[in-house]
This record gives sequence, structure tokens and C-alpha cells, in this order.
Amino acid sequence: MLNRWLRNTTMATVLALSPLPIVSPLAAWAQETPKQGGDILITYKDDIATLDPAVGYDWVNWSMIKSLYSRLMDYTPGTPDLIPSLAETFDVSADGLTYTFKLRKGVKFTNGREVIASDVKYSIERAVNPKTQGPGAGFFGSIKGYEDVSGGKTTTLEGIEAPDDATVIFHLSRPDATFLHVLAINFASVVPHEAVEAAAGDFGKKPVGSGTFVLKEWTIGQRLVFERNPDYFVKDMPHIDKFTVEVGQEPLVALLRLQKGEVDIAGDGIPPAKFLEIKNSPEGAKMIVDGEQLHTGYVTLNTRIKPFDNVKVRQAVNMAVNKERITRILNGRATAANQPLPPAMPGYDKSYTGYTYDVAKAKALLAEAGFPDGFQTVLYSTNTDPQPRIAQAIQQDLAAIGVKAEVRALAQSNVIAAGGTEGEAPMIWSGGMAWIADFPDPSNFYGPILGCSGAVSGGWNWSWYCNADLDKRAVAADSMSDPAKTTERAAAWGKIFTDIMADAPWVPVINERRVVAKAARMGGSDKIYVDPTRVINYDAIYVKQ
Amino acid sequence: MLLLILRRLIQTALILLGVAAITFLLLYALPADPARMIAGRSATAQTVANIRRELGLDQPLLVQFWTYLQGILQGNLGRSYAQKTDVGALILARLPATLILMAAGIFVEVVLGLIFGIIAALRRGGPVDRVVMMASFVGVSAPQFVVALLLLYVFAVTLGWFPMSGFGSAAHVVLPAATLGILGAGWYARMVRSAMIDVLNQDYVRTARAKGLSSARIVLRHALPNALLPIIAMIGIDIGQFMGGVVVVEAVYGWPGIGQLAWQAIQQVDIPIIMGVTLVSALAIVLGNLLADIIAPLIDPRIRAR
Repeated sequence: MLNRWLRNTTMATVLALSPLPIVSPLAAWAQETPKQGGDILITYKDDIATLDPAVGYDWVNWSMIKSLYSRLMDYTPGTPDLIPSLAETFDVSADGLTYTFKLRKGVKFTNGREVIASDVKYSIERAVNPKTQGPGAGFFGSIKGYEDVSGGKTTTLEGIEAPDDATVIFHLSRPDATFLHVLAINFASVVPHEAVEAAAGDFGKKPVGSGTFVLKEWTIGQRLVFERNPDYFVKDMPHIDKFTVEVGQEPLVALLRLQKGEVDIAGDGIPPAKFLEIKNSPEGAKMIVDGEQLHTGYVTLNTRIKPFDNVKVRQAVNMAVNKERITRILNGRATAANQPLPPAMPGYDKSYTGYTYDVAKAKALLAEAGFPDGFQTVLYSTNTDPQPRIAQAIQQDLAAIGVKAEVRALAQSNVIAAGGTEGEAPMIWSGGMAWIADFPDPSNFYGPILGCSGAVSGGWNWSWYCNADLDKRAVAADSMSDPAKTTERAAAWGKIFTDIMADAPWVPVINERRVVAKAARMGGSDKIYVDPTRVINYDAIYVKQ
Repeated sequence: MLLLILRRLIQTALILLGVAAITFLLLYALPADPARMIAGRSATAQTVANIRRELGLDQPLLVQFWTYLQGILQGNLGRSYAQKTDVGALILARLPATLILMAAGIFVEVVLGLIFGIIAALRRGGPVDRVVMMASFVGVSAPQFVVALLLLYVFAVTLGWFPMSGFGSAAHVVLPAATLGILGAGWYARMVRSAMIDVLNQDYVRTARAKGLSSARIVLRHALPNALLPIIAMIGIDIGQFMGGVVVVEAVYGWPGIGQLAWQAIQQVDIPIIMGVTLVSALAIVLGNLLADIIAPLIDPRIRAR
């Protein structure tokens, strides 16, 4: 079962990624064996928020939590490929409703106690319990009994069984093809209950897990020191002995320190204003890691606000936006998008061409829709560079077809509030809040941002697009939990997204790449510095010697 | 004197209550829903509702404010939304860094202000005076983030005399303190200059000069103490000024103080931290002014405590 499953997933990934050279990550590493040891320094601008895996949910603490804890499932470094981690083997029932996991033997928390099945049960129940205030509770919605726990009626999930110390059984209330991914996200990290209780509400500052690293020191506002977990259950992982995270460092200052050799990784990347200068300098090019992430930047067209209720108007706007120019505003740190899914996501349809940039055709469509002279509207955007500049570029593109859009650049939280209020925001440029997938599965790009469930007050479906037929197809696709159907399922999803584009609720604009700056002594492929499931993969990076 | 202190302390409590009420109302009038910010984009509506309920955000505003006030009276500033930890502990952990920075900033501005103010007063109308006054004007007017980046670039990047950012050694404090101090030094130089000019024209200074005292002695023993009074009143007020300045300076230099904490919290709509830092800053401003009022009559007996 497992083997067949792995083979199919690998095939699906290879198909999805086929424009890239087909080299397995292991083969790429074979050319340069990672060295053991080393002590590195990483900087970030903001304080590290909580390291509690049930709560932490930003892109900085995400990768640290990944390394502090382990989960039943994980990913091969640098890829979107699922592998068993705390689980040794697993089995999915034919109806897709029962998942049985056998745990690895002898895995220990860093407090010395062995990890047993009831810890898995406890950790997921804790993530769902409203008292935890965890943002990820909803991911576990397919586990039987979820409603009772999230509704506060009980604290135990009837759908998780731990018959003995080495076995965990999940009973689902509906087939959920993403369930293995769900068990690989941070919210499913396994924590020891005694450490959570001992921390008395401060577990986020006193984390205990069974991951590759242990938190040794946390000086608030200054630094965190992580040390290699010598008992980690995968041999030769991680490679570095220690990493220190200094916080409160402005990206510009961090970059200067990197150039002086004081810093090994500038976590916030390179400020846009400095990007070309660094890229074009001889030693600078070696510092830049420019990686593909599961991101799409888009403009939402509110289907409940006139004249965007007219599909022709939405299609016209799709043809009016010059996406290549926007990639130039970002100094080439993005590629033009034509569908909601990013290219690295399974299900991405590379034969689909979408709406090509064509001002004349856009004008004709607009006239056909009854707006030969255009109309007035409002385009929302966040107010941090470069987002207002991109919004202005879109504004100019719209002016070319006669649409006069007022750009309203606001703080991120205000834009989110406007988007989630019915009838408020006709257009929103998603930059600075755009969708980055929680896990590499196409369904993650649907429900909250394009499905009917997200088109509610306070939701994230800012197009207020709701297509009951597509919702049904989405449910059907997510019911294909037989691992043998992975390819078929990805194709079904791909079709859903290209069919959405016929209704044009979005203008998919760009797929942004993430930039991390690293010192020359840091080794490993770019893909582990911009890992699709965790940004910096602290487990896999190493120091060249 | 004791009565003054007592009265001022009661005023302080009322001011803090007012500050708390206004900040609270302003923060909760924001369209941003903190529960939604915490929940992030993947959370279901039910998860958001659960978080809102657990934080008490579903309660009427007055009830929320009352709960918050009760917390403050028990010394509890609440828990950070984003960091999920005690706000009081976060502020306490960072307060020493801010106090060090402020003390160093005051030192810089007083020393620079006195030196240049005296020089300008003694060379009144001459080219030295003009240059000093011009420089002080620039110091007063230059935005702090520009000064910060300029100093950083020249002294840390190009010359490499000081570390670029961080905390820990005496060298780390020089640039942030200079950035903070330059602004105040400009004011002080101007104030010291005019006070000194005033004093130097007094009869007793002429008498001292007629006695044949050295000019250094005249300036330092006879003129300066009398010119100092307005400066001391200023230092108290400066503590308040600095509370604003540290936000920028701490952000640029990565100084782990409460200004940096506030800056991050504002971006994340972390209301308990914003409230906490605002209250602590307000307290510092009020206490700074009180300090100035207490010290003034000790130095100048002509000022009696009212």
C-alpha cells in the first residue's frame, strides 16, 4: 500500500513539475555530501511569535516549529512529496474513512520520555480545543467528532483511537484526500502533555518536542538559540549543530552584516530597493536564493458589486492587465500567472493560456457588456512597498480601457476587513496578503478563497464568488482519497481551477518567488532555503567546510 | 512638598485612566478584527468565533474595558494575542534596554548641548556662533530615521567603528544614543546659548569680571549654574519626548526595547501590547514631568513648591 502510494505520488509530482529537469533531490545532493557541524547566525526583523505548534502561524515561526517537533507525516526536504515521519507505516481503508498509523519505536521527546500513540491523540485534540485559540483547528474538520470538540461540548475527539502505544487510528466523517497533508502541517505536531501543563500557558516560550532541534535559550527581543537534537530519529539529520536567530534586525542592516560576513542567512531576504544592486554585483549573485513558492498574487473582482456582476466586464479586466510589466516592478522576482494555481502545485495546467493581454479585445468586450466608455471603481491594496506601485500599474492598465479606478492603499488589516464585508470592495490587489498554500495540495487554493464557504462575512473569498456546481466537484475531488487516484485527483482539481477562470472572478497576476540571502559558506540546494512546505529547512541546510 | 507629590500622583492615576480609556476606544474602533488576524486565512468561521470568544472580544466594549481595568489594578496587563504570553513580562524584559538607551541619549544631548551652547554664547554674533546655531537647527529638524541611517552608514558600515545593530556592549549604545541625543542637543544648545547670554549680561557677572576672575571660572562657577535651570526642567519633559523617539531609533538599530515591541505590535494589531506600552510610556512621561517639578525648587530656591 505504502509503496504503491509513494510511487503514485512521485509520478504525480514528476508530471506536475515536468517543465523542470527531472532530477531527484537525493541525486542532486549526492554531488555534494552535506557536512556535519557548524554554528550559524540567522536574522529576522520581527520578534519570533509563539513556538507553540497549535498556535504559531506565520512564515517565520513556521519553519522553526517544523524543526522543533515531529509529526506523523512530513515532506522530503525541498519537495512537496509526503513521507512518513513519526509514522513507520500507514494504511488507508478502501472507503477512505479510516487511516491506521504504526508509530516508529523508540522515538523520544527531548524531555526523555518516549513518544506514544496517546500523545498524537492529545496533541490534535489540543489543536482543535477552542481554549487553545489555535488558528488551525479547522484543518481537522474531517475527523469524526470535530464539531463536538470545536463547539466546546467535549475535549476528546471520538475519531482518534490509540488502541496501544504504537497504533493510532483516525476515523473520518467524510473522505478527505488531503488528510495526509493535514497530518504533516505544524498544527499536527506531537507534544508531550506534561510539558504543556508544566509551562502553564507559556508552552510557546518553553517548547518541548521530538524534532531535529531543541530550543536552548530565548532572550526576549534579542535572540533564540537552537541546538541539534542528538537523539533525533533520522540518522545524520540535522546537519548543523546549532543556529542562533537574532531578531529586531532591519533587513537592510541584516544585508550589510551578511556582506561583512557576520550573518549567515538574512531571513527577510533582500529589500526590493537593493535587489538589482546585489544581483548584479559579482559576489552578490551567490548570496541570492531565489525560489519558487506556492504563491499566487491576484486581483479579486467582486461578483456582487456592479458592474463586476457581469462576466464580460470581469473577462475584459483580465485582458487589460499587463502582467509582464508588474513582474518588472518586482525586478523579475515573479512570473506572470494565468490561473489560480501556482506552477509548482500539483494540478497546475500548463497547457492553459488564460486571458492574454489584449487592450483592443478588452475594450470590445467592455462595449459588449454595455460600458463603451468604461466606469468608475475602487481598487484596494495594502500600503507597504511595492504593493501600492503594483496597484498603480493596474490602475494605469485599467485607464487604458476606460476604467477609472481609485487606488485605496490601506493597512493590511483594514484591507482584509473590507474584503470580508459584503458589497464593500469592488477590487482588491492581494499583494502582501496573497495566498501561500498551507500544504502542497490544490484543494488548499479553493475552499476559503474561491468556494462558497469563504463567501461569507469575515471570509477570504473577496470575489464573493460562489458556484454550487464547482463546490460539488471540489467535494468529489477531495473524496478521492485512494492514493492510487492521486494523478486523477490532481487533474480534476486542475480542471476546476481552469473552469473557474471562465467565470473570471480573479485576475491571476503573478507567482511571486521568495528571496532569501545567504552567505557563501552555506551549502545545499536553493530548494531547501525556499522549501515549498517550510521556507528555510533548518534540518537540511549545512555549512561547507 | 509631600502634598505636591501626593497631588501629582493622584493626577497621574487620573491621566493614566484617561489614556487607557482613549487608547482602548481607538484600538477597538479599528475595523481590523484581532480574532481574524490571529486566525489567519485558513481558519473556518467557527474557529474565528471560538478565538473571539476565548479572548472576550464578543463582550460589549464597556465590559471589555472594565475587565481590562480590573486586570491593570491587579498589575495584569493581559496576554499578547500574537506571542501568547504575558504582556507585563514582555515589557519588563525590554524596559531595561529602553532605560539604558534613554539615559545614554540624555547624556549625549546634555553634554553636546552645554558645550555648544556655551561656545555659541561666548562667541555671540561671530562665525562660530552662526555655525553652531545652524548645526543645531539641522539637528532639531532632521527626521530621526534619516539621522539613524546616516550615522549607521558612516560610522558602522563605512568606517566600521561601531557595530551595526544589536545590544550587549557599550559600543552598541553609541550610535542609537547619538541619534536620540542629536535632536535634543540642538534644542539644548539654543536654550543654553540664550540663557547664558542673559546671565552674562547680569551685573554680578560684570562684577566677577571686574574682580579679575578667569573667564573659565566666571562661566563655570557664576554663569552656568544660573543658566542651567531651564535645562533641568527640559530633561523631565525629554523623557516623554524620547518615548516617541525610541520607537524609530530602536527599530533602525535593532535595539531590544519597548519601542521596538510597540512597533511590531502595531503591525500585528496586538492590542494588549499596544495598550501596555502606551500606558507604560504615559507613566514615564508623567513621572518625568513630576521629577522636573520636584528637582527645580531644590536647585533654585526662588521656585517654591506650590
